[in-house]
Amino acid sequence: MTITLDHMYYLTGLLLFVFSAYTIFDKNHKTKWGTALFWALYGVTFVWGKEIPGPIVGGMVVVMAIIASMKLIGIGSYGEASKESKITEAVKYGNWLFIPTLVVPIITFLIAKFTALGALVGLGIGSVAGFVLALLMTKETMSSASNEGRRLLDAIGWAAILSQFLAALGFLFDKAGVGKVVADMVSSIVPTESMLASVVAYCVGMALFTMIMGNAFAAFAVITTGIGIPLVVKLHGADPAIAGVIAMLSGYCGTLMTPMAANFNVVPAALLEMKDKNGVIKAQIVTALPILLINIFLMYYLAFPGVK
Amino acid sequence: MIKLIGVVIVVLGLAFRFNPLLVVIVAGFATGLVSGMNFIDILDVIGKAFVTNRYMSLFILLLPVIGILERHGLREQAERFILNLKGATAGRIMLLYMLFRQITGALGMQLGGHPSFIRPIVAPMAEAAVAQGRTLPQSILDEIRGMAATSENYGNFFGQLMFIAAGGLLLIKGVMEQTGYTVDLITMALYAIPTGVVAVILASIRYALFDRKMAIKLKQAVESNSGGGVSQ
Repeated sequence: MTITLDHMYYLTGLLLFVFSAYTIFDKNHKTKWGTALFWALYGVTFVWGKEIPGPIVGGMVVVMAIIASMKLIGIGSYGEASKESKITEAVKYGNWLFIPTLVVPIITFLIAKFTALGALVGLGIGSVAGFVLALLMTKETMSSASNEGRRLLDAIGWAAILSQFLAALGFLFDKAGVGKVVADMVSSIVPTESMLASVVAYCVGMALFTMIMGNAFAAFAVITTGIGIPLVVKLHGADPAIAGVIAMLSGYCGTLMTPMAANFNVVPAALLEMKDKNGVIKAQIVTALPILLINIFLMYYLAFPGVK
Repeated sequence: MIKLIGVVIVVLGLAFRFNPLLVVIVAGFATGLVSGMNFIDILDVIGKAFVTNRYMSLFILLLPVIGILERHGLREQAERFILNLKGATAGRIMLLYMLFRQITGALGMQLGGHPSFIRPIVAPMAEAAVAQGRTLPQSILDEIRGMAATSENYGNFFGQLMFIAAGGLLLIKGVMEQTGYTVDLITMALYAIPTGVVAVILASIRYALFDRKMAIKLKQAVESNSGGGVSQ
């Protein structure tokens, strides 16, 4: 039997069911029913996502959005260890504590590199290996392991599913042809005879449309066929390889500045238990804008060999 | 123009601080309806896209590992580790992580991530380097954590395209070839380097300024309640 991505999804679903069950028995949880239902529904999409018809999964997703927006999901109690006990444990284990967390990315990498299973399956196997190692090392019970996992997931809360939500929205935008409208608007206001203006339109267009889609890859095809190819490559003679890669990097500047790129910006803020979910974006804007500006100059001076 | 209604809803909804999940659902339905889909079609698209993109949330499997280790003093150990290290500042730790992420990324190794590195290791170390044994107020902790999260994104985004077989480069190649242009992966990887260098320089400046800002802020905080250090 080969291990596939589906097995990792089953495992994730199972874990979510466990979290959901522990939530029901959490006496100090103010919103236990909403929270338990939220994680249980999410678990169902992992275990039976492919079998259940699309519209029903869609309906479940809408229910999850309603639970979250009515603030029926929240934080409970997890029987955490005291600060003193944590310090004692830190002294006892020392730097060995880092080993299980480091095992996860290393195993992920090794599996991605040396097997045909892929990085995502690698991440799953790495997580299981890290889990077993951490359990053996600390002699922790499954029950407190579940509670600790649940503590972190509840801290992330609804933001955990935001990335998947946004992917669905991106798909709808794509189907409706939002990209073409944006590309047409940009190219209609750009003085096409100017090489610099065309370069600005391509780079800024990539950054802006990435901010809308939350994903530079999704923006690339639209903006490149709408602006990059006709204006920058065909009209002004840019090298498509050089212009293309700098445009993609301009898109990444957009990724740094948008809550739509939830998995890079919003989920980490939640995971780090930051009060301001936009705190990561705010820290990044001051770096992203200058990089975007420099990308415009890089494309202008590097992408037209032999033209200028 | 009406097709942009979803974009408008997202911008307004987030600006007025509605729950993002709700904003996204409403924007999705509005966009679907103006492009002639019916209610069931839209639910179908949402459901299918949600299921297809489950891979984005596989990090959930990692949470129990981090949880157990935190219960046994992972954060406290990160603190001890940093306090024994001379010259470690929050900014230097972040820059070091960014460089590690960028270089391994350029070599095609996807070693990184907020769940596997920033939450368990980089953020606690940066916090400890600023705190130096003191207790920090939540507002300062948030600033440090936000900054620590950026190091993962900078390193990831501005390193990955230097790798010849990067997914991003293959996508560029695909799009260009569809429109009749052949592009060379090595040329693309090479021209990803200038932006990568610029990102390192800008990040170094940001992180150095951040260290200075933290030093000044903490000095003020200590002076303003000289009785018992920085209070929670």
